[in-house]
Amino acid sequence: MYVAVKGGEQAIANAHRWMADRRRGDRDQDELKVDQVRDQLGLAVDRVMAEASLHDPQLAALALKQASGDLTEAVFLLRAYRTTLPRLADSVALRTADMRVERRISATFKDVPGGQVLGSTYDYTHRLLDFMLLADGETPAPEKADAVLEACPQILEALDAEGLIEQEIDDGAEPYDITRDPPDFPVDRATRLQMLARGDEGYLLALGYSTQRGYGRNHPFAGEIRQGAVEVEIEVEGFDGPLCIGEVVISECQMINQFGGSREKAPQFTRGYGLAFGRNERKTMAMALVDRALRAEELGEPVQGPAQQAEFVLAHADNVEASGFVSHLKLPHYVDFQSELELLRRLRREHAPGLAAEGEAPPPPGPGSDADSAAAGAQTPAPSDPQRSQESPA
Amino acid sequence: MNASIDDKAANSPRDRGEQQRHREERGGTDALAYGGYNFAYLDEQTKRMIRRALLKAVAIPGYQVPFGGREMPMPYGWGTGGMQLTASILGADDVLKVIDQGADDTTNAVSIRTFFERVAGVETTTRTQAASVIQTRHRIPERALSPHQILVFQVPIPEPLRFIEPSEEETRVMHALEEYGVMHVKLYEDIARHGHIATTYAYPVKVDGRYVMDPSPIPKFDNPKLDMSEALMLFGAGREKRLYAIPPYTRVKSLDFEDHPFEIPTWDEPCALCGATDSYLDEVITDDRGGRMFVCSDTDYCQDRREEVA
Repeated sequence: MYVAVKGGEQAIANAHRWMADRRRGDRDQDELKVDQVRDQLGLAVDRVMAEASLHDPQLAALALKQASGDLTEAVFLLRAYRTTLPRLADSVALRTADMRVERRISATFKDVPGGQVLGSTYDYTHRLLDFMLLADGETPAPEKADAVLEACPQILEALDAEGLIEQEIDDGAEPYDITRDPPDFPVDRATRLQMLARGDEGYLLALGYSTQRGYGRNHPFAGEIRQGAVEVEIEVEGFDGPLCIGEVVISECQMINQFGGSREKAPQFTRGYGLAFGRNERKTMAMALVDRALRAEELGEPVQGPAQQAEFVLAHADNVEASGFVSHLKLPHYVDFQSELELLRRLRREHAPGLAAEGEAPPPPGPGSDADSAAAGAQTPAPSDPQRSQESPA
Repeated sequence: MNASIDDKAANSPRDRGEQQRHREERGGTDALAYGGYNFAYLDEQTKRMIRRALLKAVAIPGYQVPFGGREMPMPYGWGTGGMQLTASILGADDVLKVIDQGADDTTNAVSIRTFFERVAGVETTTRTQAASVIQTRHRIPERALSPHQILVFQVPIPEPLRFIEPSEEETRVMHALEEYGVMHVKLYEDIARHGHIATTYAYPVKVDGRYVMDPSPIPKFDNPKLDMSEALMLFGAGREKRLYAIPPYTRVKSLDFEDHPFEIPTWDEPCALCGATDSYLDEVITDDRGGRMFVCSDTDYCQDRREEVA
């Protein structure tokens, strides 16, 4: 006899308990500490912070631990937490030119004021598994020099002095807040950049890559990539200048791209911009490529590649939205499926006699076939009828 | 409701932990296990913003109002739009019912109901008549709703024209100009190809003679219940950040043609449990030899009828 399929609170609770047990793993092992995640899986923490749009390494590490290392799930946890936080103040625009640079490279000039600073990177490593790590080998501490880093002015500004690159001008407009206001396509560049900054890294990487392969090519050069801590400042009533409330580590990428210009305007390099919390170099490079691609219309270029189609790119960049909607397919859909079943059976019933008569294509539907079929439906044996199961597999 | 729920001063996770401990010391209920969150989870400002958008939606039946949708602690696509609407209209003395596929005991309905029990502490019910707010996914209860009830729909894709025109920019213009010809063309193409309109759920309707609206993926069987409903119907799409409404006693017409009038599916047999012949039936496979039975999708309706008989 039929037993109703009960979701059941108990089943849900048990599933969660099992998951928690899985997450904890073998009790003979020490439990992973949040601080260890924060300090030793730092790039994962950074990615979670960037895509969750919340700078809090401790909570991002907690999210990663809680999510058993599932980055998308961790992003979701942190994002859901973020949305409950009150807005206490708006920061003034970060001055990335004043960054305490720990890494700064340019692919466009051999040497630049302040120098090329390699910082910490996996670049140029040979991707060979380090079996010493498997054997719990010690990692030597880095050597520290006393030399003070020279000032590192932004490289694109040097080009700007000559007028070779388009200027970014702050028009003073109040930026749109994508976390508070619904998207209103088409969106301006500031809004786009907000959406890209929290966009899924893999998605942006693929789209950025597609522009390099010709789908909306924009001839990029990595003008400057920098990482380091910048001060966050807010305006406080009663104080003259902005007040520093702390520092965040960020990554910034400025791409230099091929010329724009017109009869009225001399040709200039154009820019693509990427910025993210933490050490997220790959993400910021991809973001800069996509930002530039999305400027196609503004710069009078034909919109051909997927990466140039703003609504397409932006509406699908958020992995919290994307994973939610994809995973919702796991939810029951049997009401709608039943509707489809009913229709499909009806269509097949009408199709079958035609096949028998003509041997191929179904007869063209006559007028009023909707009503006809309803009548036919009433005469057709119920699906549970054995007679039906013989005729249905056509 | 406990007055301390309104106290939203605590913000950092550490403060929240602190506050939660305080509450537990005071003998807090399960509703307070989520200490630090406001009544019904969303903060009052957000709820007010949503209620304003809802007022606009009621004033322009069928029009999709953009709203500043928030992340909810449930995934997008799992009812976050409906939940935000429910959270915004819920009062402490409301009685909430949550259904998914017509049933109160499907996993996601259980999860959403539990959520509101915890963060709002409201009374919940499975009885349609006893509820003041009903959040639903994919169904409208069989029994007609009354004027004091509000039905909140979870909506995945609010734009009825989306699968014809993917661009939001374009569809907004189409709505503004009442350019709905493409929808009729789509339905006509169905007829040309299949002999029928092949849309069986999320069947488009025209609201108050003006806006074409997606009634959410309810089976078209439920569409007639939208017309001149006594209850207020609210629709929330969280991921797409749109909400819309059908006020009570609004004309809602399913799109069709004179020679292909709108019709709803019928079953050849009654519900195997309660014998209903007027309800939407789910097919349940009972064995691996083609055996199946049909039962009411609206579990409360089915239960009610069985009790009447007994």
